Amino acid sequence: MNVRSWHVSCLARLEIVLTHVQEFVMLRTFKFSVLLLALVGSVSMAWAEDGAASTKVTLDTLWVVIAAMLVFFMNLGFATVESGFARAKNCVNILSKNFVVFAVSSLGFLVLGWGLMFGDGSALIGLQGLFFLNGMDNSPAMGDAYHGVYSSISWTGVPLLAKFFFQLVFCGTAATIVSGAVAERVKYVSFIVFSFVMAIFIYPVVGHWIWGGGWLAQLGMYDFAGSTVVHSVGGWAALTGALMLGPRIGKFGPDGKPRAIPGHNISMATLGAFVLWLGWFGFNPGSTMAANPGAISHIIITTNMAASTGLLSATVTAWLLLGKPDLGMTINGCLAGLVAITAPCAYVSIATSLVIGAIAGSMVVVAVLLFDRLQIDDPVGALSVHLVNGVFGTLCVGIFADPKIAKVIGGVEISGVLYGDAKQFFVQLAGVAGTAVFVVTASLIAWLLIKVTLGLRVSQQEELRGLDIGEHGMEAYSGFQIFVTQ
Amino acid sequence: MKLIVAYLQPEKLNDVKQALYRAEIFKMSVTNALGCGQQRGYHEMYRGVDIEVNLLKKLRMEVAVNEDFVEPCIEAIIAGARTGTIGDGKIFVLDLPECVRIRTGERGTLAIG
Repeated sequence: MNVRSWHVSCLARLEIVLTHVQEFVMLRTFKFSVLLLALVGSVSMAWAEDGAASTKVTLDTLWVVIAAMLVFFMNLGFATVESGFARAKNCVNILSKNFVVFAVSSLGFLVLGWGLMFGDGSALIGLQGLFFLNGMDNSPAMGDAYHGVYSSISWTGVPLLAKFFFQLVFCGTAATIVSGAVAERVKYVSFIVFSFVMAIFIYPVVGHWIWGGGWLAQLGMYDFAGSTVVHSVGGWAALTGALMLGPRIGKFGPDGKPRAIPGHNISMATLGAFVLWLGWFGFNPGSTMAANPGAISHIIITTNMAASTGLLSATVTAWLLLGKPDLGMTINGCLAGLVAITAPCAYVSIATSLVIGAIAGSMVVVAVLLFDRLQIDDPVGALSVHLVNGVFGTLCVGIFADPKIAKVIGGVEISGVLYGDAKQFFVQLAGVAGTAVFVVTASLIAWLLIKVTLGLRVSQQEELRGLDIGEHGMEAYSGFQIFVTQ
Repeated sequence: MKLIVAYLQPEKLNDVKQALYRAEIFKMSVTNALGCGQQRGYHEMYRGVDIEVNLLKKLRMEVAVNEDFVEPCIEAIIAGARTGTIGDGKIFVLDLPECVRIRTGERGTLAIG
């Protein structure tokens, strides 16, 4: 046999083999496709029965999870705003605090926080399904169809884990607020421990009172996206932290006059401000926890408008009071407007949101100056933004709530002072007071326990040299010359 | 006229400045410097790898003074910078043959002021 005929016979044999393979595959494929078709057919028949319902669950879940991702992104905003407003020698430390706090909150909220906050229980705390989401639950069933121990959050029709993730990122936000006020002098380990306490106890208890069916909810207090639950809780804890720590070395002169300690990177601070603004578009509209087109659209606009007027009003106030439009004040003003609109965003008109933002923006400038006058050192304005405007936003519900909007957008029947009803205002006030008493007490105890066990503040030498070297043994800007003289 | 050069710990700058102000010395210039001290330096870590830092951050301060201000200046710097621990720094006193104020053209002890 010569080479050519050998080639031919090889090809012939190959052809036969391929034909067999082809037949085999085609038969298998045919059988497989029939099976697949039957399966899909039966599944889609089952879906077709409640197709509309499952589509709603899908859309709601998508919205909740995407909004939660936006809120998660706010942690970047906090990290860059805080480190931008602080000195370069402490940059690694501040970034670390903000980075680690989300992980700590995630853990704390999973271990016990969620259960305390949303588990069925008393007027003060949840008592069922406390640990690791172990309670019975048949989410996404809603209302009467819901059978489980997290009934306070059964009004939203998404799976349990979606609810958990959404609430988790809110918890992380509250914990990271504290890091701003204690920056540049708190020990890293002390802050980590305190954040754990925040996520596992302080935040969930207040959350239970207002969103978990506790006594404030029963009283009729409303806080749509968390001016009290998130921002003022973080604010009060930050206040006690700043008080326990004392001011940074060199912040106040011997006569008590405040000295400027300028931030080292205003570019980062601005970046962070934009990120926070973006994240708030998940924070507020996401709190509908449903893909409700009307509500989401209304809330996203009230949110944005309050941010805008807050920004402008703070700029004007700083321009008039201090002589120049300080960008730090502008940024604080934008954030103040956002915090203030967080509680009332679903209950007020767009025009009202403009007003709320404007008041918040002016208040934050005055608050910054006031805290300096009170000798309370707040490096980034966390107290002025979150505490003061968290309280203000909560009270705004009692002042500005429009009953028509509250019904259609927020799904609640409330009315503010300006619409003829003073009762809601006093309920909101009770909420502010109750939260203040609890968070101040609990956080003070926590800080005190940490102080006697781990120590709270770094040594003077370490504070002057910079916490990056002292706490982390590394520099943020290795190779750059930075002045460590302040 | 003398030029007093002092190498200081950066965190001591404010104390030294205040002490100099009390001694009626206001004109000075300050630069960043890296210095070798008798300390072993500190350990930095970068992603698990040890870095031994031998050149520590220091501050170099220069003050030009007339003869009768030399001792007060030295004493003020020592008062502000001394902590008693290793690394307090050093003061060098250099002879300054000429000094000119650029704005007015004054020379000598008048220019130092």
